[in-house]
Amino acid sequence: MTDIPNLLKQLISTSGLSGHETPVRQLIEEAWKPLTHELTFSRLGSLHGLCCGAGAPPRPSILISAHMDAIGLMVTGIADGFLRLTSVGGIDARILPGQLVTVHGRQDLPGVIVSLPERLLPPHLRGQAIPLEYMLVDTGLLPERVKRLVRVGDLVSFAQQPFETAAETMVGHTMDNRASVAALTHCLSELKKQTHAWDVWAVASVQEEVTLGGAFTSTYQLRPNLAIAVDVTFASSPGSPSHRTYPMGEGPTLVMGPNIHPVLFKTLKETAERLEIPYSMETAPRHTGTDAYAMQIVAEGIPCMVIGIPLRYMHTPVEMVAIKDITRAGRLMAEFIAGLDADFMSRLTWDD
Amino acid sequence: MAKTSSTETYSPPRIGAAQIRLLERLCNSAAVSGDEGAVRKIVLEQVRPFADEIQVDALGNVLVTRRGQGKKCLRVMVDAHMDEVGLMLTIDEGNGIYRFDIVGGLDASVLAGKAILVGKERIPGVIGFKPIHLTDAEERKHPIAMETLRVDVGPAANKVKVGDRVVFAAPFVRLGPSLRGKAMDDRLGVTTLIELLKNAPKNIDLLAAFTVQEEIGLRGARVAAFALNPDLALVLDSTPAYDLPTWDDSENTRYNTRLGGGPAIYVADTGTLSDPRLIRHLIDTAEALGVPYQIRQPGSGGTDAGVIHKQLAGIPSVSVSVPGRYHHSPVSIIRLSDWQNTLTLVHAALTRLTPELLAAERA
Amino acid sequence: MKSLIQKLVETIGPSGYEAPIREVIRAEVAPYADLVQVDALGSLIVRKGKSAKNGRKIMLAAHMDEIGVVVTHVDENGFARFSNLGGVSPRTCYGGRVRFLNGAQGVIGSDRMEDLTKMPTLEQLFIDLGASNSKDTRVRTGDVAAFERPFVDLGSRMVSKAMDDRIGVAILIEALRQLKDTPHQLFFVFSVQEEVGVRGATAAAYGIDPDLGLAVDVTGVGDTPKARKMDVGLGKGPAIKVRDGGMLADPRVVDWMVKAAEKAHLPYQMEVLEGGSTDARAIQLTRAGVPAGCLSVPCRYVHSPSEMVDTGDVQNSVRLLLELLSHPVEF
Repeated sequence: MTDIPNLLKQLISTSGLSGHETPVRQLIEEAWKPLTHELTFSRLGSLHGLCCGAGAPPRPSILISAHMDAIGLMVTGIADGFLRLTSVGGIDARILPGQLVTVHGRQDLPGVIVSLPERLLPPHLRGQAIPLEYMLVDTGLLPERVKRLVRVGDLVSFAQQPFETAAETMVGHTMDNRASVAALTHCLSELKKQTHAWDVWAVASVQEEVTLGGAFTSTYQLRPNLAIAVDVTFASSPGSPSHRTYPMGEGPTLVMGPNIHPVLFKTLKETAERLEIPYSMETAPRHTGTDAYAMQIVAEGIPCMVIGIPLRYMHTPVEMVAIKDITRAGRLMAEFIAGLDADFMSRLTWDD
Repeated sequence: MAKTSSTETYSPPRIGAAQIRLLERLCNSAAVSGDEGAVRKIVLEQVRPFADEIQVDALGNVLVTRRGQGKKCLRVMVDAHMDEVGLMLTIDEGNGIYRFDIVGGLDASVLAGKAILVGKERIPGVIGFKPIHLTDAEERKHPIAMETLRVDVGPAANKVKVGDRVVFAAPFVRLGPSLRGKAMDDRLGVTTLIELLKNAPKNIDLLAAFTVQEEIGLRGARVAAFALNPDLALVLDSTPAYDLPTWDDSENTRYNTRLGGGPAIYVADTGTLSDPRLIRHLIDTAEALGVPYQIRQPGSGGTDAGVIHKQLAGIPSVSVSVPGRYHHSPVSIIRLSDWQNTLTLVHAALTRLTPELLAAERA
Repeated sequence: MKSLIQKLVETIGPSGYEAPIREVIRAEVAPYADLVQVDALGSLIVRKGKSAKNGRKIMLAAHMDEIGVVVTHVDENGFARFSNLGGVSPRTCYGGRVRFLNGAQGVIGSDRMEDLTKMPTLEQLFIDLGASNSKDTRVRTGDVAAFERPFVDLGSRMVSKAMDDRIGVAILIEALRQLKDTPHQLFFVFSVQEEVGVRGATAAAYGIDPDLGLAVDVTGVGDTPKARKMDVGLGKGPAIKVRDGGMLADPRVVDWMVKAAEKAHLPYQMEVLEGGSTDARAIQLTRAGVPAGCLSVPCRYVHSPSEMVDTGDVQNSVRLLLELLSHPVEF
């Protein structure tokens, strides 16, 4: 049985910004090796783990995806030993000053993000939110050494150490979406305990935060019959509007909307109810903002489902998630997969 | 270039009472993007007798093949989207009041104070708005904020639930030379495509795609084009006519299209630069037959062609629209003559298609 | 090479209407190609070489389209209102000249501006074709034009309205000419409709199904007075793209390019562009995904009538491309 809190701690302590996921992929590979029959990579670097089903070939397959890439920052220039920055993925620059970071140069360097003091800012910005282009990373090193070790295009990741709170929640950066990678891992270890007729492709996808590139390309390559994306969703938290958030610690969300095949939604919902796994219903009237948005429209089209793990303070270095929601999402998926029989596809019709 | 056909012997399919009744049925059905079942049902019932193959795909597109005569017919995809803009209920606030989110391009000013229908059971309701007496002068200067609006089906109606889709409740009527109804965008295209299937030209394989989720990002057409793998594609849509007077009575230079001007042929929109060979073919056909046509003003907006032409190794594509006023509101107004001329132009253009048209390189 | 560049930048080819520039390029590349094709959207695809054991199938893309305008309405007095094809800024339009595909020429004027400190919108601009009513005007709704401005040779710098991306086209042609031996099967793609959203390369990449993709395109710079901060400048060598607004370049491709530049002792700079994108984005996302990157030519005043590049950067781009294509790929 995989120790989920421990795995999650490792997952978020390993770098893997969008487009540069290799370090974290190696860690996931290790975790999935005992749980899968075969591990391969896509040409863009997504990890594909295959668990063969027990059904008679040719077996249908389901793809379960969690993106492994992280948001972060990138060096755009070097000025007197300070580093200029741009973001990789969506970051609210207002939370950056004072954040600890790691600069991935010729060697890893600790640094801190600082903003120009008000007296050095252009007059129109005084008293305003300071844009990222007026922030710098200070590594404490002398300019010559910085110049030797860092170049334009180097990555900068958050260095906030993960920790657990008293309430069985974990805090750290990149819970989006390593929490879902942990859920996928939990699903795989649950599947190991039972038989499933279908083939299962577990995918740790790349570049979700920028282009959904991993989801588009891996789905094209694997051509599953069904696909599920697991991603984080907004948990109720102070200051966030109640009608756009879901409770943390009270189970995953099951998403419905045009991105989701209604029969998949219904089946997942029934599975959760049968197993008494708590869940919230999440509506996505247009776009789910997950890998499923890409997977659904690959090739001839793939029926998709989205499972959300409620998370507080998304895209900050102190994202908070309940461990129980992760294991519930994993178990729910495993039970759903175990229930897929050879005829499921024929029941996946449009209820007109 | 295409063969010329004689105008005397060519008789296009007609828009008559039966076609108008079908359009009425389709317009009055609810098919918000992602929940197109009601329209899909009618489409399937209508096309079944004329189809060689029918498939409902993973997203709910209806893909119909009607083969031509001869061995190597051009494979022509003709697309019309089944979905319409609308709302989805997101939060139950109790007593029949629901928060909602918009699906597709709608703004608050067309929602406030309208009658609606909710869910598959078409439960009537309203999007109410507070009385003018309770607003102040300052407030009335600003547009209505979407966040202040709610769907209200009344406290006793428990047949409504979160996730249900909402459409305008507006009757379909004939007004002299015009028709008025909801969801003309794009039930006009759907009806036209059904008529094309019923009267399919024999020289092509007609691949009809009744698509889903056009209004939220052309999602159905993308997978439909991949599955059908056509030689070329023609999209039937309905584009806005802004042919109203300007505030200072100066010349209206931004009408997009005009009612009564005939089918609108697309050259350029946000998503597509139409294939010049196909634009030429449509114009030549219109001129040969004496069918009026207009060039839709190049600029913003788009159709399913925006994704179709980029699929696979590229699919030459063009769009033709019936102009319509007040799309994305409770009712649109269209002109019957434009609809007839669109059907005539498209049917004739398909009939005159030959493989030589695409043998020449794109200009 | 300058005469080739001049010929390329002075030929018309707005997005969607690339036939004239395609014919010029076809004449230049035909003697060196194993196969020349035009795909369904109009991209010109030139195949060269057979893949050896250690070779790859490489797609190289430079877009041949340029930004342009399309007529939306000809008013009763013969003035033509227009919309943009690609990223046309009203800032650079006023007083500009355009040439239509049918040869008609015109100049761009503007409605009276109530507030002269504000930029006009495109809707406030019009093309004056010298006609006095709509009947005499040689254009109608839907007609397409490109901007017109002669090529200027400033010695070490060159200026044109269409360096983006005819300079990439010139670099690909020159590399094709000079390439002696390659272990790879190369597809030189002169793509269409890049300026409206990398559409041509999307279709071409699907059709070719390459193992590796490289776009050659221009990038912005930060070396002009009070420019936005960007660590790329003219004359400091070709830029190796790490990212732009639409793509993160494949790190393996970035390394491959850096190593090749160092091996050939060529100057280079690392590029982080905070907007825009190139054909490489389309290649990267095609089918099951393709490792892709971009060789960028630093360019000032992109999408203006006077785009400026450095002659040395152009020559070094050709050299870098030759170094990349002449040897097996190590990853």
